[in-house]
Amino acid sequence: MKKGAEKCDAQWYLEAYTRMVRIRDFETKAADCFTKSELAGNIHLYMGEEASGVGTCLALKDTDYITSTHRGHGHCIAKGAKTDKMMAELFGKETGYCKGRGGSMHIVDVQKGILGANGIVAGGIALAAGSAMASQYKGEDSVTVAFFGDAASNQGVFHETVNMAATWKLPIVFLIENNQYGVSTEIHRVTNTDTMAVRAQAYNIPGVTVDGTDVEVVYHAVSEAVARARKGDGPSIVETMVYRYQGHYCGDPAVYRPKEYLAEGKSKDPIDKAKKKMLKMGIKESEIDAIDAKIAQEIEGAYQFAKNSPDPDPAAVIDYMYSSDNERSVLR
Amino acid sequence: MKTSISKAIGQALHEEMVRDENVFILGEDMGVMGNVFGITRGFRDEFGAKRVIDTPISESGFTGIAVGAAMRGLRPVVEWMYDDFITVCLDPVMNQAAKLRYMTGGQITIPVVFRAPIGAGRRNAGQHSQCLEALFTHIPGLKVVCPSTAADAKGLLKAAIRDDDPVVFLEHKLLYAKQEEIPDGEYIIPLGKADVKRPGKDVTIITWSRQVYFALEAAQTLAAEGIDAEVLDLRTLVPLDWDAVRESVCKTHNVVIVEEGVKRGGVGAELSAQITEDLFDELDAPVGRVAGMNVVSPFSPVLEDAEFPHPEDIVAGVKKTLGR
Repeated sequence: MKKGAEKCDAQWYLEAYTRMVRIRDFETKAADCFTKSELAGNIHLYMGEEASGVGTCLALKDTDYITSTHRGHGHCIAKGAKTDKMMAELFGKETGYCKGRGGSMHIVDVQKGILGANGIVAGGIALAAGSAMASQYKGEDSVTVAFFGDAASNQGVFHETVNMAATWKLPIVFLIENNQYGVSTEIHRVTNTDTMAVRAQAYNIPGVTVDGTDVEVVYHAVSEAVARARKGDGPSIVETMVYRYQGHYCGDPAVYRPKEYLAEGKSKDPIDKAKKKMLKMGIKESEIDAIDAKIAQEIEGAYQFAKNSPDPDPAAVIDYMYSSDNERSVLR
Repeated sequence: MKTSISKAIGQALHEEMVRDENVFILGEDMGVMGNVFGITRGFRDEFGAKRVIDTPISESGFTGIAVGAAMRGLRPVVEWMYDDFITVCLDPVMNQAAKLRYMTGGQITIPVVFRAPIGAGRRNAGQHSQCLEALFTHIPGLKVVCPSTAADAKGLLKAAIRDDDPVVFLEHKLLYAKQEEIPDGEYIIPLGKADVKRPGKDVTIITWSRQVYFALEAAQTLAAEGIDAEVLDLRTLVPLDWDAVRESVCKTHNVVIVEEGVKRGGVGAELSAQITEDLFDELDAPVGRVAGMNVVSPFSPVLEDAEFPHPEDIVAGVKKTLGR
């Protein structure tokens, strides 16, 4: 647990704010690069949801684990991923986290406990439970958080995994970020409950729905779930209500949702909210500005690093397929 | 020592679980019941519920859990009760286990084994009788093993469990009860090594799994007619022992590939293409294929036997290739 975390004091807020700004700036830069065709493929932006990832990861230890989603930049940065190696991966460079083999949807940093973003909606849920099973099996006290969205909780594997995790008391937290849209489909058009967390009752585990735009609120809810998991009492569902500022992907005009959605989201902006709280706590504006400047510099550095890094060697396209007998297993 | 193939598989699992405490098994009815074919009977008493896990009927969930546990350094051996059930758990196999090593630039390894019974002939109809090895060989990132004998099954399964890549290990249901000699003591058969089960000089029959026995039976019939067939048991489909294929083809100059699975898009189709591409000048005749029909496995015994190859079909296939 971070120093001063129990009461979310000034020091805690400075860290939370730093991480949220790092996510926002990283994605602002990535979106800019994407728009200018500096990035290939596609990116899915987490902007607006920062308090959920940061509040959650601040409730974790370095030795804890997460799995993430296609909208995973925020989770990875919140858990400690380096923005230069991330940006390089978005650029498909050899210096990226995955040596250009994964891209935006597949950031992994095992040393930091980031077991991977995932391109399959709900693809990480069972993997996270497997990680939790490994912790239990080895007698470690580490906890795994599975991040996924409201729409992923309608996949069958959600039910299968939560049922097993609850039955076997696996040390896991199912963290549902409810931004109310699965690509274009508003969640209540395809779901018969008001919240996703209410499903916890079906598995006889705790489930809460909290304001995902308030980093402190998220932190407290997740801390409780993590403590329960670490004690060996099994999983919980924590649902954070968030707003996805962008469309499903960068460039999606999101014509399928009402204008009020975005206006409402921006009125609850998690970074603004944290800043207001910090000023109220007596933190000087100049101190906050200094964080902004430091992060802006870091992100510019990450961009330069990515841009100036070498592409992977096309002759090495088969590298990393297999641990052993790679060439034979690929070529025949 | 003579033992059944199912017991040989059980021995491999047992020896590896004793050797390495990170090895554990999970699947439906593995523990209290000891698996529907009796392979893991007694395991739960010996190793405990932690290492012999009875799962709910949630293939997608428990297969994904195994993959996640493998990402954290455990060595799970998953059992699907039938390979047909892959249809409800393909994502953790195809999009996760097979891809994550590559997609993470080698940061993650997935040392998991997926075991499953395959094959027709038990009158179980279309959803419990398939040979889906072609589906698995089509997915880059998986290794695919299809043993035929008890000795091979044991040695190959031990190699599969020790391998750091995801391995699909397919066991033919109608071989489980076969009693065969296996070597005494501990031994490993490396993945990717084919085995000449019968040497011959006139034609190479390339096959694997149960069809090895049918090919050997066919070879005997052919021998009586003066045709000396070599039976090459691939044992592992990925990685493929191309050296063994080439050596045999260069000796006999005639090839017939025999597989129980459906012909269209089968492993035989791929092998035939590779042999034709790379060894065309060695061939005296086009590569022949004897394979399952592009038909759902029927229930009626009469219909089922008509659907997949039997020794007489292999004899006919070889004669056709040889123009005899």
